[in-house]
Amino acid sequence: MEVSRKIVLPGDLLSTNPKTAGPNTYVEGNRVYARVLGLLDKTETTVRVIPLKGRYVPSVGDTVIGIVKEVTANGWIVDILSPYVAFLPILENPNMRPNKKPNEVLDIGDAIIAKVMNIDPKMRVTLTMKDKLCRPIRVGRIVVINPTRVPRVIGKKGSMIKLLKSELDVQIIVGQNGLIWINGDRRKVSIAEEAIYIIEQEAHTEGLTDRIAEFVKKRKIEMGLAKPEEVKGEREGKIENQGGEVVPEIPEERLKGDGNGGDKADS
Amino acid sequence: MEEIKLIVDGKRLDGRAFDELRPIKIEAGVLNRADGSCYLEMGGNKVVAAVYGPREVHPKHLEDPSKAIIRYRYSMAPFSVEERKRPGPDRRSIEISKVSREALEPVIMKELFPRSAIDIFVEVLQADAGSRTACLNAASVALIDAGIPMRGMVTSVAVAKVEGILVLDPMKEEDNYGEADIPFAFLIRNGKIESITLLQMDGRVTKEELKTALEMAKRGAMQIYQLQREAILKKYIKEEEVME
Repeated sequence: MEVSRKIVLPGDLLSTNPKTAGPNTYVEGNRVYARVLGLLDKTETTVRVIPLKGRYVPSVGDTVIGIVKEVTANGWIVDILSPYVAFLPILENPNMRPNKKPNEVLDIGDAIIAKVMNIDPKMRVTLTMKDKLCRPIRVGRIVVINPTRVPRVIGKKGSMIKLLKSELDVQIIVGQNGLIWINGDRRKVSIAEEAIYIIEQEAHTEGLTDRIAEFVKKRKIEMGLAKPEEVKGEREGKIENQGGEVVPEIPEERLKGDGNGGDKADS
Repeated sequence: MEEIKLIVDGKRLDGRAFDELRPIKIEAGVLNRADGSCYLEMGGNKVVAAVYGPREVHPKHLEDPSKAIIRYRYSMAPFSVEERKRPGPDRRSIEISKVSREALEPVIMKELFPRSAIDIFVEVLQADAGSRTACLNAASVALIDAGIPMRGMVTSVAVAKVEGILVLDPMKEEDNYGEADIPFAFLIRNGKIESITLLQMDGRVTKEELKTALEMAKRGAMQIYQLQREAILKKYIKEEEVME
C-alpha cells in the first residue's frame, strides 16, 4: 500500500504563492510553509496539510462526545478531551425539568453527545444539546481515537461510516473530538471497534475503505454473524475441536443460530 | 593534576576528526501515554523527551489568555552520572530548563492555543557532555511527533575549544578539560538555518574563533537535522511495511 500523499514536517516549503495557503500552513515572506507534521494536499488553488497527530481544538457546530466532570448550579462542566473544558448550561439541555436538580439529569461521569454552540475569544466553550442527535449516553460503547483521524473514520462523504453502519447494523455517532459512540449487538460493536482502531492506525494510507470492508466481512464470518446457513455446520465442528478460548463467546451465538436453524428443522 | 592530551596526531581521543559528530540514534514516538515522545542517543548521552498538550493549565493562575504557555523540564536521573546525583531540580538544571524553553518558544506557534499549556519533559538517563543539546534535539522531535504547530525544527549542537583547537560536539573529557564550550541551537526551516535560538558560552574564545565555531556548528546541525527528519518519517514509513 502506497502512502498517497507526501509527509511534510513543520517548516517545509510548500508553495511560493501566499494566496494558496490553506489550513495548517503559515505564510512568511511570501512563502507558504507547513506548520504541523502531516500529509501534503496540494491543488492548484490551495495547499493544506492534513495533520497526523494533535489534540482536538473545538470549533462551532462540531458534534462532540464528552464526560461530565462537574455539576454546578447553572449547568455542567464537560470534559471533551481538548485543551479546553466545555460548559453545558441548564437552558441548553432539553432533558431539564424545572422540578429537577441538575445532578438528577446528568451526574459526574455521565457521557453525553452534544454540539459546540459557541466559543468566545478566550476559548470558553459552550455546548448545547438542543439537537436531535444530542443525547445522554446510557448504553453502548465509546471508542477513543486520535481526533486527527476522525475524517478517515467518516470517510469521503461518509462512505466509511455508512459501510460500518450497513455492514454491522449498529448505531455510530462520531464526535469530532475523537470519541465515537457505538451501539447495537455486542459482537457487532466489537467488530466495529476493531475496525475503527484499524482505521486510526492506517489513516494515512490509500484504499482503506476497501480493506475495512474486507476486514468486517472476515470478522463477521469468524464470529459466525455472516452466512449462518453455510458456515454453521463448519463452525459447530470447530467449537468442539478448539474448546478453550473461543467457547465463552460462542455459546450465545449458537443459541441465536439455533433459534433460526431450529425453526427450519421443525418446519 | 596530571595533564591529559586531548588531541593526538590531529585526531581526538575517540578518533574523531575535529568537525565530526558523535554517533546519533533517534527514535520518535517511544512513549504511548505521551502526545509526542522521542528517545535520542548522542554519543554517551541517552535522553528521553515527552511532550504533553496543548492541555489545560494547572495551576490556573499561570495561564495566559492570549497564548499557550510552555513548560520545559530538564532533569537528570540520579544514575545518569558517575557520582549519584541528588534527584530533583538543582541550580544547573533549572537554568538549562529556562534557556532550553526560550530556545523553543519562538519556534512553537503558541498563539494558536490560548489558555493552554504545552509541557515538555526531558530526562537524561545517561550523561556525556552536551546533554542540553541532546535534550533540545529530542524535545524538538517529540514536539513534532505530538503534532504541535511549529515554524520549523530546532537543532542543537555544541562546539568546544580544546588545546587551542575548535572541535564539534565535544565529549566528556573535552568538555571537562577544554578551554571553552559553546552550545548552539538553530531554527532550521526547509533545510535552511534561519536563526540562532540558543547560544551559551562557558570559557573564553576570540571573536574569530566564535565565528568559526558558528560555522562548524551550522554544518553539524544540518547533519543532525537530517537525522531528526528521518526519525519522524520512519515512524510512518515503518507502519507501511508492517501493513504490507
